[in-house]
Amino acid sequence: MKEDQKLSDLLQENYIDETVQAYQGSRFKVVMKRLFRRKTAVFGLVVILLLVFISIFGQWVAPHDFEAYDYMNTLQGPSADHWFGTDHYGRDIFSRILVGTRLTLGVALSSVIVGAAIGAVLGLLAGYYGHWLDSLIMRGADVLFAFPDILLAIAIVAILGSGIVNVWIAVMVFTVPSFARMVRSATLSVKSSLYVEAAQSIGSNDQRLLFRHIMPGTMQTFIVNFTMRIGSAIMAASSLSFLGFGADVTDPEWGAMLSQGRTYMDIAPHMVLFPGLVIFLTVLAFNLLGDGLRDALDPKIK
Amino acid sequence: MSQNKLLEVKNLQTEFPYDKNKTVAAIHHISFFMEEGEVLGLVGESGCGKSVTALSVMGLIANSNGLITEGEIYFKGQNLLTLDKRQRRQIRGGAMSMIFQEPMSSLNPAMRIDKQIMEAIRLHTDLDKDQARALTRKLLVMVGIPDPDRVMKNYPHQLSGGMSQRVMIALAMSCQPQLLIADEPTTALDVTIQAQILELLRDIQKEKNTGILLITHDLGVVAEMCDRVIVMYAGEIVEAANCQELFQTPLHPYTQGLIASVPKLGSGRTSLPWIPGSVPDLLSMPEACRFAPRCPYATDKCRAEKPELEEKAPGHQARCWYSDANLPAQA
Amino acid sequence: MNHFLEVKHVSKKFPAGKDLFGRTNRFVHAVNDISFTVRQGETFSLVGESGCGKSTTGRLIDRLLEPDEGEILFQGQRIDQLNQQDMRPLRREIQMIFQDPAGSLNPRMTVGDLIAEPLIIHNPQMAPEDRTREVHKLMQVVGISPKNAGRYPHEFSGGQKQRIGIARALSVKPQLIIADEPVSALDVSIQAQVLHLLQRLQEQLDLTYIFISHDLSVVEMISDRIAVMYLGFILELADKDKLFAHPSHPYTQALISAVPIPDPEQKPERIFLQGEIPSALNLPQGCPFASRCPKCMDRCKQERPVLQEIEPGHALACFLFEEAACPSKS
Repeated sequence: MKEDQKLSDLLQENYIDETVQAYQGSRFKVVMKRLFRRKTAVFGLVVILLLVFISIFGQWVAPHDFEAYDYMNTLQGPSADHWFGTDHYGRDIFSRILVGTRLTLGVALSSVIVGAAIGAVLGLLAGYYGHWLDSLIMRGADVLFAFPDILLAIAIVAILGSGIVNVWIAVMVFTVPSFARMVRSATLSVKSSLYVEAAQSIGSNDQRLLFRHIMPGTMQTFIVNFTMRIGSAIMAASSLSFLGFGADVTDPEWGAMLSQGRTYMDIAPHMVLFPGLVIFLTVLAFNLLGDGLRDALDPKIK
Repeated sequence: MSQNKLLEVKNLQTEFPYDKNKTVAAIHHISFFMEEGEVLGLVGESGCGKSVTALSVMGLIANSNGLITEGEIYFKGQNLLTLDKRQRRQIRGGAMSMIFQEPMSSLNPAMRIDKQIMEAIRLHTDLDKDQARALTRKLLVMVGIPDPDRVMKNYPHQLSGGMSQRVMIALAMSCQPQLLIADEPTTALDVTIQAQILELLRDIQKEKNTGILLITHDLGVVAEMCDRVIVMYAGEIVEAANCQELFQTPLHPYTQGLIASVPKLGSGRTSLPWIPGSVPDLLSMPEACRFAPRCPYATDKCRAEKPELEEKAPGHQARCWYSDANLPAQA
Repeated sequence: MNHFLEVKHVSKKFPAGKDLFGRTNRFVHAVNDISFTVRQGETFSLVGESGCGKSTTGRLIDRLLEPDEGEILFQGQRIDQLNQQDMRPLRREIQMIFQDPAGSLNPRMTVGDLIAEPLIIHNPQMAPEDRTREVHKLMQVVGISPKNAGRYPHEFSGGQKQRIGIARALSVKPQLIIADEPVSALDVSIQAQVLHLLQRLQEQLDLTYIFISHDLSVVEMISDRIAVMYLGFILELADKDKLFAHPSHPYTQALISAVPIPDPEQKPERIFLQGEIPSALNLPQGCPFASRCPKCMDRCKQERPVLQEIEPGHALACFLFEEAACPSKS
């Protein structure tokens, strides 16, 4: 403990430099502050929070039973009773959209979460270990990338058969390569940064380097892409349902509703207008939030 | 009045936005002047506002979101801040030009060297293409480029750091400016290259009688190049004097500390005195003397009242309640 | 006898280009056949201009890079061929301080966590309270108030960040610290603070430093022995006093003369170097400095001089000395 004594000797003669910059708090707080300065991002966030609320409580909020047939009032336009009108069975479209939020959002969100997680892990490993593992993963991603997103999803559903579960799998699979590629490039850039070299020089092992130093550095691009990707997942799931591969026609899935409305487009345009509008608004909200997050996370943009 | 001065800056204040509707002053009531053909050094540590001062004089501060909120800048008797954009542009790059720390990033990477210099020449003169080309070659020879014909056909990435700084100087000298602002021109270069570039700047100044505003953190460069020196600290001028006088009898405690803390080759010393603490944050600047928290001589007066920049000896100003002779005992 | 650290004929090249078949056929020769020893408790400096291989040498000794040729011995043990796994225990003894204090600290970790990290890695049994106490003590030693342990690196000034980097390196009580341009990103008044801290720590803790710098005035202050590097070669290696009193290599002479003196009364006699620095892709056949040397002879372009002792504690790689010693040869 002689060393300790010597260190303590040094303490006696030292002065303490108290100057620090005005307290800014953790990076999270700074980013949130910057995010809330962007009006479009706040709009996106509000819409998304509203959608989350609806997907939880939609069933109870809905003014009508979403499955109640009413043959007296089929294909009616918007009115005080039926805000968004009724469909060809006389079901209230507003209620169906509210109830369907959970299904539509749930499929998109859960498939992107799983797909993004798989993609991120693959990208992290490929970027960190390199060599043959990198080649293997990236060539695999290239193959999947060779198909346009929606075509790939159609191909998967065509193989697996239709149904909401298979749509989920299709969306999940086409999410994987884009995340793998993106996380890999983020990993490569963080890996070459000086602080990772410094961490290596103090003796960090692979596990520590990967999870304590490199992974948090890739989270920024991950979060942004994740948000944006949910928008496209909703589009894809809805498109598949629209094409008849997805949800059961009786389910209040937005894409399926759009698909059914197509037949009556001439006489009851509200049947496609409202589900389409909701899909548009949801995708827009996620994209706006994603854009806002990207700007807020980028220290170079004020 | 200000007719015979090349440059006169009065009470200049430049602010930057940092939060919603809030601004912070990066430089605070800066006043100084430059005679024709003079080399004036602007020294200070990072964040002291020396580059902001240069960019404000040059009229480039808007590019980095800065805003001049107070003061006047007279260039040969003409207030630059009252000119419109077009007139300003005519002066910038013409009678007044600037070289930067990173020569590489100041040159357009996708444009050949001769094109870049010729463009600058033709923007400010009526020379035709061939005349401009001849002048370009002459300029490259003047800045000591060994084979100008090859370099003219090169792109910036094909040149070394020292060579690109020479090209930058040629570009800046293309319209015979009366004022050359050099912002840390040799900081990114190796010492042996730095020596060459400084020599070149000195030759140009002697030959063309160009005034040089040399912005640097390196007191060695200052001692070698400058006629007069202005020392800045935390956005303010703390001392201004003739170069030799400044090094011999620095009056402000900050200047004293700064000079003492520079290692001097051949001095044989193994340790140096230093200034304790760090430069205060712009957002939490001390109200009174900005150096007081780090000053070994600070008294209650220094912490309560703000000193003004005063003439302490002929041509020697300092912003301190005490001049060298009557500094209080070290606290 | 075992030296503290021995570097023997070490070379390192980096791939720079590939031929049609994807085989690397061009190399940047960053470090070329360098040898030196470092004694315990001294400050050994590597100086030179950008691209001279000094930082690569530091990273080779810290085994962040693997040498292509040669041997590195730390306290008699060969470390040049250890893999990262076997190197890990030795990292307790060898720590590194980097040039860019902002870049070398993970921006997403608090200062306290950053300083504690080496302790967690090398001393996992340590109780968390003890670790916190140790971290606070280290912060005080380097002059940072422990109450700021929860703050993030971007809230500190450059000098403070560098002191945090020093605290981090000290936490495991290393024997050797490799300092790669530790003060060149700092303002002069802060430079002196950090240099003083490094010197005091060395006295108190018997540290050995390998100090990498381009700034001769700083090197003169802090070093015991100095190696002057150029294009990946060591041109001159001497005790500090000998090097500055009798710089013998034309490059060393030019380098010393080029340093601006912060005193208007003193005008140094400059040696201006002409010519271009050769590319590290194609090393010259002869002396690496021949293309810029004011005293270059025909022989210098053909043959490469090797580093040899010209007096005790002073080695030189230049033919001029031989010519001077036995003029009959020329």
